Amino acid sequence: MSEDANLFAQQESNRRRSTWLVIGFIVFFAWVGFGGDLALGLLTADAAPGSYHHVVPVIGIFTTIVAAGICWYSWRFGPRQVLWSTGAREVTEPASADERQLVNVVEEMAVASGLPKPGVWIVPDDDPNAFATGRDQATASIAVTEGLLRTLSRDELQGVVAHEMAHVQNLDVRLMTLLAGMVGAIALMSDGMGRMLRGTRRVGGGGGRGRGKGGNPLALVVLVLWLLTLVLAPIVSRILAMAVSRKREYLADATGAQFTRNPMALASALEKLEAATSPTRAITQGAAHLCIVDPAPGLLSAKEGFFADALASHPPIRQRIIRLEGMGYQQAKRLGEPSSGPRPVSPA
Amino acid sequence: MTGIILLVLVLVLVLWMIGAYNALIGLKNQVANGWKQIDVQLKRRHDLIPNLVNTVKGAMDFERSTLEAVISARNKAISATGVRQTAQAEGELTQALGRLFALTEAYPDLKATGNVAQLQEELTSTENKIGFARQLYNDVATQYNTRQATFPTMLVAGLAKASPAELWQITDDTERAVPAVDLSTNKPAP
Repeated sequence: MSEDANLFAQQESNRRRSTWLVIGFIVFFAWVGFGGDLALGLLTADAAPGSYHHVVPVIGIFTTIVAAGICWYSWRFGPRQVLWSTGAREVTEPASADERQLVNVVEEMAVASGLPKPGVWIVPDDDPNAFATGRDQATASIAVTEGLLRTLSRDELQGVVAHEMAHVQNLDVRLMTLLAGMVGAIALMSDGMGRMLRGTRRVGGGGGRGRGKGGNPLALVVLVLWLLTLVLAPIVSRILAMAVSRKREYLADATGAQFTRNPMALASALEKLEAATSPTRAITQGAAHLCIVDPAPGLLSAKEGFFADALASHPPIRQRIIRLEGMGYQQAKRLGEPSSGPRPVSPA
Repeated sequence: MTGIILLVLVLVLVLWMIGAYNALIGLKNQVANGWKQIDVQLKRRHDLIPNLVNTVKGAMDFERSTLEAVISARNKAISATGVRQTAQAEGELTQALGRLFALTEAYPDLKATGNVAQLQEELTSTENKIGFARQLYNDVATQYNTRQATFPTMLVAGLAKASPAELWQITDDTERAVPAVDLSTNKPAP
């Protein structure tokens, strides 16, 4: 009962956050556009009667439409885009023993979670990692790297897939995929706007003689604020993505352990993932928060603390392993014997 | 005034009854669905076993008793009805299969052909799915049983024709037991 209520609360919260994310994103773009209009309008207000006056907020209208377009695109094609950016290929007909096992394990986890079977994808990368994407449970996909298939045992693979299935079940995938699209768009826009701004300043410097007379202080304030948003937006959006992701990893670990009833397998999988220190090259920064472990492990991923909290996309793996082992011991105590619980069999 | 209050109370009661009734029916359907999920996997398992037996038959001719145990356990499992009987028969089948797989370890050539390894993976996966489907079924069935037995939903349990669903119990003597296999000799036990 309470588990169900918990799950519904998580799903509801993810739906709500997704909506707010879209609203915030559009408002931000509108501010960038209309703010630019305002600054430009104030700057050209004192200009000579014959020269250009910025009256119609064309930039604002344009950016708002673009933002809405990006939102729709992230919603509609975000999952496909994320998969495409990693160069993943879908496994429809398993060709090798490894692929067959992966498909089987995904099917098992679909049964365990009571969800439809998600798409299965393989990322051609030697570093072990995995992620899930999609807008709802029915259209979700789970991707693992070739390195993961090679390094992990069947039980460990099951643990990782269960973790990803947990993200699918509580709709983390929707929020994360939308975020991935938007973080990318903001980075792109910040670049573009910066370039455009340099152009505008040249035009303004030539035409706006008003500045020589002292200018409009309000225009300056708006301009400074506007510039500040542009500069900070990529950083803030990245931090937001990281913060959103960090909390969810513990939760997905716990839910995944509930699916397999075997927290130790995921713990030992994480142990192996931690040991593989080389970065996952196929997965770019924009999709880092979707992965089970940080694809580009830096110094921060090992630390807990304010800066690490703000800047790392994942909680320290050590911490996650400790929590999982805690669950394992509790389960063993409850069952009286450590290894022969009701969990399913698997060859060594 | 009192008439209105009474009317509101009756309305609230009726609305609650509808809600509780629907919740119970929903759970009942989930239990049925959970059972169907198990059934699908059991059927798949029963279909895979003849393949496996045919593949290993040639190489393991002198392990006839083990193979026959698997076949007879399978036939018993197919004809089983009801939760308790099915659980019992499937438990025995699991045990027989465990024995067979333990024996195949003694034939490296057999495992190397690939076909057996693939069949083993398929059967392992099917067993896992049975396990997970059982987990889900038991969870939902427990929820359903608790709901229909606790106040106040128990008041509409009769109306919804709810009766306790039987849980899929793991009997200690079948599934929990580790199959005893002696690999020191390839000869069948006398």
